[in-house]
Amino acid sequence: MISLTSPVRIWAHSARAGVKLGLLSLATGALFATESPVLLGVAAAGAGALYVSGGTEFARAGLRSLRLLWPFLLVIAIWHGLTGQIAAGIAVTLRLLTAVALANFVTMTTQLSDMIAVMSSLLAPVRRLGLSTRALELSVALVVRFTPTLARKGQDLVESWRARSPRRPGWQIVIPMAALAIDDAEQVAEALRARGGME
Amino acid sequence: MERNLALIALFAALIAALGLIPKLTLAFGVPITAQSMGVMLCGTVLGARRGALAVLLFLALVALGLPLLAGGRGGLGVFASPTVGFLIGFPVAAFVTGFIVERWRGNLALVSALASVIGGILVLYVFGIAGLAFMLDKTLTEAALLVTAFIPGDLIKAGLAGGITSGLARARPESVLSRG
Repeated sequence: MISLTSPVRIWAHSARAGVKLGLLSLATGALFATESPVLLGVAAAGAGALYVSGGTEFARAGLRSLRLLWPFLLVIAIWHGLTGQIAAGIAVTLRLLTAVALANFVTMTTQLSDMIAVMSSLLAPVRRLGLSTRALELSVALVVRFTPTLARKGQDLVESWRARSPRRPGWQIVIPMAALAIDDAEQVAEALRARGGME
Repeated sequence: MERNLALIALFAALIAALGLIPKLTLAFGVPITAQSMGVMLCGTVLGARRGALAVLLFLALVALGLPLLAGGRGGLGVFASPTVGFLIGFPVAAFVTGFIVERWRGNLALVSALASVIGGILVLYVFGIAGLAFMLDKTLTEAALLVTAFIPGDLIKAGLAGGITSGLARARPESVLSRG
């Protein structure tokens, strides 16, 4: 499956995932601790500089992933334009853009395997308590493996619907899709038991 | 154990797959994403605990950087966006929905639909609105105004989740664990 890691490799790809995530939490906490448009503007410029340091292509991809925020930015612009609280509106806008941009930056420069490694090391204390984290690791692998499979089966259901009906495919295909998911689950469970189960 | 694990994982994959296939026409010719219906179904089919775990698993994979949210969104950015409250509310919504279906032994379609309204809309929107209010620096009432437009669509999804659950109970009776 395609992850959101950027195909354009930049310097931040080689930084340690745990460090990036730690810095991200600190930065996000700091963003929400201030109301000052000036400080938030500096932070936004810093986030922009991070993207630019990765080159034009990387920066453009980063800008694209911020697009999903436009409805909210529109609401803020209208709201604060009408109420006249311009400084507050600018602060909210800058904070939002910077927080999402920084989080996206970490996602874009960290490979899925590194993220999973961080998750695994965060769970180390749980393992030391004697609890198995194997169920979690196995289920992560199962979701990654079965999401494209189920999506393809859903696509097949949509296509066979189109072959039969002039109307657009509707919610009716969700029942067979869920039934297929259940069937796959039963088979996976049987296969796991046949291979010695979870113990 | 293996069966619970496989069902939780496959329902997490189902939520993701519902966001990946093209939008379905749910009612009145309006195409809406079926993903939040997947959250309701986790509760109505798997029950409270397993349903919530399936949704948590789905969210964990989104956070790890997989583009599993409708429209190919994902990564840590969505947890810093104004809609984060809805994401946090997802597992709670599935839990409450499942809890109601487990305890209230009435007609499965009707109970599932009502449970989806309470869990998948009422509870979910409390989290969603609180998140919006915090992220956009608005009051709760102001934030609530922003999301009222989505309630009719979600009511339709809750009704459909009821129908789908009873359809599944007929097709795969032993797998509707909320009534197990």
